[in-house]
Amino acid sequence: MSLEEYKGVFIFAQQVDNELSSIALELLGKAKNLAEDLDEKKVTAVLLGSDVKGLVDKLAEYGADRVIVVDDPALKDYRTEPYTHALASVINEFKPEILLVGATAIGRDLGPRVSSRVHTGLTADCTSLDIGDFPLEPSPARETKHKQLLMTRPAFGGNTIATIACPDFRPQMATVRPGVMQKIDPIKGAKAEVVDYNPGFEENDCYTEIVKIVKEASAVADIQAAKILVSGGRGVGSPENFKILEDLAEALNGTVSCSRAVVDSGWKPKDLQVGQTGKTVRPQLYFAIGISGAIQHVAGMEESDIIIAINKDENAPIFDVADYGVVGDLNKIVPALTKKIKEALAAKG
Amino acid sequence: MKVVVCIKQVPDTKGGVKFKPDGTLDRGAMLAIMNPDDKAGLEAALRLKDQYGAEVTVLTMGLPKADAVLREALAMGADKAILVTDRVLGGADTWATSSTIAGALRNIEYDLIITGRQAIDGDTAQVGPQISEHLHIPVISYAEEIKVDEKAKTVEVKRQFEDRYHIVKAKMPCLVTALSELNEPRYMTPGGIFDAFEQEVTVWGRADLKDVDDSNLGLKGSPTQIAKASDKVKKGQGEKVTPDSADEAVEYLVGKLTEKHVI
Repeated sequence: MSLEEYKGVFIFAQQVDNELSSIALELLGKAKNLAEDLDEKKVTAVLLGSDVKGLVDKLAEYGADRVIVVDDPALKDYRTEPYTHALASVINEFKPEILLVGATAIGRDLGPRVSSRVHTGLTADCTSLDIGDFPLEPSPARETKHKQLLMTRPAFGGNTIATIACPDFRPQMATVRPGVMQKIDPIKGAKAEVVDYNPGFEENDCYTEIVKIVKEASAVADIQAAKILVSGGRGVGSPENFKILEDLAEALNGTVSCSRAVVDSGWKPKDLQVGQTGKTVRPQLYFAIGISGAIQHVAGMEESDIIIAINKDENAPIFDVADYGVVGDLNKIVPALTKKIKEALAAKG
Repeated sequence: MKVVVCIKQVPDTKGGVKFKPDGTLDRGAMLAIMNPDDKAGLEAALRLKDQYGAEVTVLTMGLPKADAVLREALAMGADKAILVTDRVLGGADTWATSSTIAGALRNIEYDLIITGRQAIDGDTAQVGPQISEHLHIPVISYAEEIKVDEKAKTVEVKRQFEDRYHIVKAKMPCLVTALSELNEPRYMTPGGIFDAFEQEVTVWGRADLKDVDDSNLGLKGSPTQIAKASDKVKKGQGEKVTPDSADEAVEYLVGKLTEKHVI
């Protein structure tokens, strides 16, 4: 493998039902950012699907300079084999230096299969990506390679953090946690170079058949999109008592989320869970109410701009990450706070 | 029908995380357990044994002490156990790990391979799909239900996505990755525990792996390399107040929210 042949940052532009997933746009934002530190500045989105041409302009508006489109009926709904074939073929044909994939239920299946097929490394669930030297410090043991992708990810249930490189194989592949990277402000009317490519699809024993698709219309809010989250833990006491959190969220035009203990107790659906085994969030304001702050929870919310914790246990670890911590009874504080906030907002008109 | 379940011994990170006085992880003090997703995979396999008389083999790659999780699996009802262990396999990333396990699986017959979705120490969810690619068999990840049609030699799986599920049918042999939501794993039986320690665990080393090049094994065969690893540094502590009354607490918080232009 001649590493120099591999150029440019590519992203897998995930779409479901011919609608781009938010992660595709987040990856474009990060890709633009990484490309600034590389010789090749062009950012390429790889769009796989059936009748997906209509999505090209949106990718351009969010930062794609070029879109490689593989449009084929075999790619209508996600299936591992045809998607792997398509993406691996694009890699072999267009030779990206870096390929970013969302750490979604699709990307975490597709990424490993593709990395195995093209024989390269894959770093899972990255929360930070940079360009830099490997090894980080000059070492007599090995030659320093410049402009490598340095991929940082939590492990051990969020207890440890590791930075990983892939110096001798290309592309350098990473899956990236949704909700972590920032989209750019869309550039209205931006256009991308469009490349049509079809490697041909032939059914083999690895093809699966989709017997049925059942959409679980989610009645719950998207906590990753929320600017203000009011999050409750076991300390809230009961599913009924979440009402006081909902009132606070409503007053601030925010959304209610929760900890794993709450989901495990059956009080709230899994979609609202923040943490290592739930969702990663970075709202402008995060209330942790009656949440002790287990490391698994903290891993999913510590990037929030402002963290306010209310807990009756003054030794709760949540106070270690909170910007503003209040030791006290949430049953008294939360309703009173909601009332005061409503008054303050009403006074402002 | 032959089912192989790939399992991993992991430190228990759920609730059992221990720190040394200097704030770093105390791995030695943490309990070693069978990875939860793998245990659900094993339970799914044992149900196929109950239903169809499937033969269940458990396989792990790890240090010699990983023998313990194989014995646990035997005590739960697995028929055979294989431990793949060799110094040259150490330091493997997911590529090298999946190459190793694929090399071991090429020695045995299987209709269905079940792995856990992900291990709670690495959380990568990569090894299952990577094994399937090395073996050129289909993979269905994130299984919530597994049904087998022995006659047609197919497997039907409820495959979870964020906002939907697919019912996916694949030809066997096939690899399925299991979610811990799949089932409630059974307990070991007293008789099972007794028998498990009598049973023989097959131990394989590097020489027993089929069709794998040395360049794909261990630390040397790992495309990804660790540049830096550290236990997580805690963020600088903010303010913590203990007000005398709820009103005082509210006044403090409203002050902060106003200062930060939230209200």
